[in-house]
Amino acid sequence: MTKRRVVVTGLGMVTPNGLNVETTWQSILAGQSGAGPIEHFDTELFATKFAALVKGFEVTNYMSAKDARKMDTFIQYGVVAAQEAMSDSGLEVTDRNRSRIGVMISSGIGGLEGIEENHLKLQQGGPRRVSPFFVPSSIINMISGQVSMRHGLTGPNMAVVTACTSGVHNLGQAARVIAYGDADVMLAGGAEKASTPLAMAGFNAARALSTHNDNPAGASRPWDKGRDGFVLGDGAGVVVLEEYQHAKKRGATIYAELTGFGMSADAFHLTAPPENGEGASAAMQNALRDAQLDYAAVDYINAHGTSTPVGDIAEVRAIKSVFGNATQVAISSTKSMTGHLLGAAGAIESIFSILAIRDQIAPPTLNLNEPDNECDLDFVPHKARPMMIAHALCNSFGFGGTNGSVLFSKLTE
Amino acid sequence: MSTIEERVKKIIIEQLGVKEEEVKLEASFENDLGADSLDTVELVMALEEEFETEIPDEEAEKIRTVQAAIDYVTNHSAD
Repeated sequence: MTKRRVVVTGLGMVTPNGLNVETTWQSILAGQSGAGPIEHFDTELFATKFAALVKGFEVTNYMSAKDARKMDTFIQYGVVAAQEAMSDSGLEVTDRNRSRIGVMISSGIGGLEGIEENHLKLQQGGPRRVSPFFVPSSIINMISGQVSMRHGLTGPNMAVVTACTSGVHNLGQAARVIAYGDADVMLAGGAEKASTPLAMAGFNAARALSTHNDNPAGASRPWDKGRDGFVLGDGAGVVVLEEYQHAKKRGATIYAELTGFGMSADAFHLTAPPENGEGASAAMQNALRDAQLDYAAVDYINAHGTSTPVGDIAEVRAIKSVFGNATQVAISSTKSMTGHLLGAAGAIESIFSILAIRDQIAPPTLNLNEPDNECDLDFVPHKARPMMIAHALCNSFGFGGTNGSVLFSKLTE
Repeated sequence: MSTIEERVKKIIIEQLGVKEEEVKLEASFENDLGADSLDTVELVMALEEEFETEIPDEEAEKIRTVQAAIDYVTNHSAD
């Protein structure tokens, strides 16, 4: 059986840098940070007092207040990004095609807002005060559920939950659903809203977050000597993946082809990667093998690059083990601008990789002033760089030691 | 001070996202105002909160129209 080809025909985003794809992308190319102080809860006792929040999001611009009340914010972000991706794709859903269109959008954390709120109600008022919408508004697969209901999509409906690798895993697995023939179109991606007191306290306790409270915009500094943890980010990214002939037949705009997908596990530690990054290397190698592409053909890597002391070095070692110590491949971490969107990270970063191919430009790594030891690769510091990009790789690694790498390529006939 | 009828209608408008003119006394939550079974549960919870009363499940099941809600509250409200 020859593999059916999968292309990208629609994009949607809600990020700390903008409420849609083009606003976000222009902000990224301009090297702007989406981070700022947290004002929606009292951070006095928190070690970290800032995050990269979505700004100016009025949910009733996209749906009725009644519908919005039944969705935690992470679901709202996902639904809105899916709506943009669908309309961008120009795909019309009909009774003939709806069973061939599916959804795989997930989250790393899910509806902590609702969990915190309803737990408080339980404690203060007893079980009768817990909302009947508590469960359906906080479970992770409800993004896929809501999107299916809103667009009438009766194809495969799932959500792969793998912490910060969720976005990449959903894109990769959704592509396989199409390649295998279970669907012709899949909406795939991730959404997150973890800037809640409980999540911030937990990540702080794990010493995972930056505490550069005096300089939120300069806090996410992948590969820089001054990095001290990641900056939490909120938002969502969704792509429309489509079987190549299906897209061609309807005259769709094709952004890029999803040519490779690789996975692996570290089998090492709860939160830290092995020092040599071998799990990450395996994910990248598996993606290249899936695409039957030589590593030397890759022009750009959108790295996981979270700005943690251990993770950034491990990824550099992994890249060197796959691409060689003297590799010229351009690498950037857009988390230096968006913060770390956890389960949505791989989705928005896949979109940045796709747009890098469309516009032939590598987005920059912000705040890389003094590269750390071993961090001697081309990290496209400070400024976006126009360059030829035929193949772009996007990495994501998550707690639990779960790795994913997805490869996008400029479409060739 | 609003009357019980006004307060009940206000809650229905907020909870079910409907317009004031739709909230007729004989309107059924599920048939006329687009509520599903979960919406109705939440609506009853909102009534409990507003009128500081507890509505037992077997009573709540009978509250299916605007009038039934007003009647229940009128008969059981503390004020």
